[in-house]
Amino acid sequence: MSNASSSTRDNNSSRSVKVVQLRGAISLINTFPALAGVDLDVSQGEIVLLRGPNGAGKTTLLRLCAGLAPLSGGQGFIGELDLSDRAQRRSVRQDTGLLGHKNSLYDELTVEANLRFWAKANRLDPKSVEPVMDRLALNKRLRSVKVGALSAGQRRRTALAVLVCRRPKLWLLDEPHAGLDPAGRDFVDDLLQHANSFGATVIFASHDIDRAQQVANRTVTVVGGLVKGEGPVENVA
Amino acid sequence: MLRDMWLITVKDIRIELASRVVAAQILPFGLLVLILFGMAISPDLAVVGPERRSVLEEIAPGLFWITVLLSSLMALGRSFAVESADGNLDAILMAGMDPAGVFLGKAGAVLAQMIAVEIVLGFGAFVVFGAPIDDPGLLAATVALATCSIALAGTLYASVGAGLRSRDTLVPLLALPVLAPVLLAATMATRDALFTDATVAGWPWAMLLAVFALLYLGVGMIAFGPLMEET
Repeated sequence: MSNASSSTRDNNSSRSVKVVQLRGAISLINTFPALAGVDLDVSQGEIVLLRGPNGAGKTTLLRLCAGLAPLSGGQGFIGELDLSDRAQRRSVRQDTGLLGHKNSLYDELTVEANLRFWAKANRLDPKSVEPVMDRLALNKRLRSVKVGALSAGQRRRTALAVLVCRRPKLWLLDEPHAGLDPAGRDFVDDLLQHANSFGATVIFASHDIDRAQQVANRTVTVVGGLVKGEGPVENVA
Repeated sequence: MLRDMWLITVKDIRIELASRVVAAQILPFGLLVLILFGMAISPDLAVVGPERRSVLEEIAPGLFWITVLLSSLMALGRSFAVESADGNLDAILMAGMDPAGVFLGKAGAVLAQMIAVEIVLGFGAFVVFGAPIDDPGLLAATVALATCSIALAGTLYASVGAGLRSRDTLVPLLALPVLAPVLLAATMATRDALFTDATVAGWPWAMLLAVFALLYLGVGMIAFGPLMEET
């Protein structure tokens, strides 16, 4: 309890540190402006919900913050790193974890083999996957099951395990609740809050607004590649 | 770089061992092509000359390498299909793996798979076409160098189409013209390795294959990173 209180205090004191700063950020997908001049600030320790209709630019915004989508115009910084600089864009990825629409898993490999591969790819100790598998209930029956044979929820859980192994400072999640049953959704919420309690910043897109608003402490509405509104969760209808 | 190369190669080979796509699909495809060549070109057609070889025997090197080339396109397509199916290329970028290491790893896995395919296809070609082997050393060098060239150049072009919906049709269109010189050099070197009376000198062609392999190696290691970023 005291640990939780102290981490909450730490979070509050770190809120002034900007993790994401976008000013008029434009991101072109081929020639289409998926982001058409986004202004957004996210402070360390925040949990920000991105909402908006399909095609609004939420996924591109997350990919831009991950250093995957190009910054075609405007200014963008993740921490001190400038997204307009290719080398710095690559550096952004070191402390950033992205869970996109897809799970980034190999169907033909088992859950354990996937986790060990991604641990090694991320230059982590392969043994570090054991406690994560325990925590995400992947250590028993599912351990030796090929990912291709898993349900959508179990695949999502495995993908989340990869993310947890990385211990990123900035979590970017695109529809993390998609395909999960209520228990799975509760688990994701707990996971995000747990990461946040240790100082991680979380930005996630979700159509499951009621649930997402229980986790987030700020909501940003994206429409047509622009931020159309933002504010504390309780102020957003 | 070498660490990432090893990681990717081992992972791709483990995926192949689990899925058996090469063993169950690519290899049978190659054998079928060889048999179809054998059926389309009658073994009774004899070439005029002191050796009295059949037409099938005479053109066996070219037919073998065309078969290898077509089979390799399937292996290359498969190599990048496993990466793009679930968004894994993004995860590789996020992991900060060395692009040159990833390129060499993908090419290494394709190389290992194609060598296995070629051993079986070579045996099949011997049965179907009946060509003897005059210079096993030259043949081994030709197979190794040509397969390296195909794996390296093919991996580079397969990466271009990795993120595209039209990759299945685009990759052969891009790769085949680039691989045509490899086909020519490999065919010439193989002719010298098979026939005692071959009018071509095989080792210079094998050396040319080595130059191709080094060229594709250098270009691939430099270009793969930017290509992955753009895909």
